[in-house]
Amino acid sequence: MSELLNELELDALTEMVNIGVNRAAASLREMVGEQVHLSVPKVSLVGRDHAIATLSASESVNLVGVHQVFNGDITGRALLIFPDTKSLELVRAVAGGELSLEEIIELEHEALAEVGNIVLNGCLATMANMLQRNLKMSLPEILRGEPATFFNLAPPPDAGEVVMFLYINFAIRNRDIRGYIAMLMDIPSLAALKVLLGEFIERTAGGDASSHESA
Amino acid sequence: MSFRILIVDDSKLARMAVAKTLNAVHPDWSRVEAANADEAMAKIKEGGVDLAVLDFNMPGRDGLELAAELKALNPGMPLAVISANHQIEVVERAKAVGATFLSKPLTEQALRDFLDVAVKNLKATAA
Repeated sequence: MSELLNELELDALTEMVNIGVNRAAASLREMVGEQVHLSVPKVSLVGRDHAIATLSASESVNLVGVHQVFNGDITGRALLIFPDTKSLELVRAVAGGELSLEEIIELEHEALAEVGNIVLNGCLATMANMLQRNLKMSLPEILRGEPATFFNLAPPPDAGEVVMFLYINFAIRNRDIRGYIAMLMDIPSLAALKVLLGEFIERTAGGDASSHESA
Repeated sequence: MSFRILIVDDSKLARMAVAKTLNAVHPDWSRVEAANADEAMAKIKEGGVDLAVLDFNMPGRDGLELAAELKALNPGMPLAVISANHQIEVVERAKAVGATFLSKPLTEQALRDFLDVAVKNLKATAA
């Protein structure tokens, strides 16, 4: 799968997502009132089976996710996924510690949608801006299930669908909240993305600034 | 007066972007690049580096840890830490180690402002 994008294109994509997630973390920090620590994101292009296997290997069965569809020059789905057991912790972090359990459960749906919206929009809007293309995003939708649930959403994906799988650990001190971001795209969208990445690389690093070191 | 700048980022594209911006501002400067803190320390030990711009979020030691090490070796070296992560804790840690915080993606104006101050300080030290 990774041969769909060359090394520099994958580097550019990783850097773009990195900037998006870091900005989103800064927004999330405003919401939770304490620092959000981020790991260095790892981006890989894999098939759906591989993505399901990766998630199954390191996570419990019960996951919760926020899902948004994006379309424009590139079309696909973006997912923010984390273990179900961390969900209420995340809500508590966002909503504040003064709330009762009932109130937190009541707020869960709304808080998850808001966090998902901030993180996913942060990524997608940064990508859209850097690629100089407009992407439309649907409203966030909450999903629960096992790893396979998130990669088999209706309408059924065609066989060629590729998952851009991004793993990032975001931790809020003392809360151990971690999550994954995944983007699902089909082959035509990935081909369109490759062209846009090429243009982005040319704009960003083109001209005489090759990365060769000068003497 | 020409200086030698070290660019540290795990993303090759990000290094190329800084190099391109630097070329627009100071085409006569020379640059060295490193993909992580260990490589950066090796380049520093080879000598001749006047100032450095460091990515914050890197595998291994991050840009702020590297900045602290560089300041310990050479307190007068102008340093910038670049990140899209403008959380107040990160910005304040940059300030605390004596580095300038610059937002990613880097704009020519932001780099120019940092370099203007850096050049002034380097010239004052040399004088």
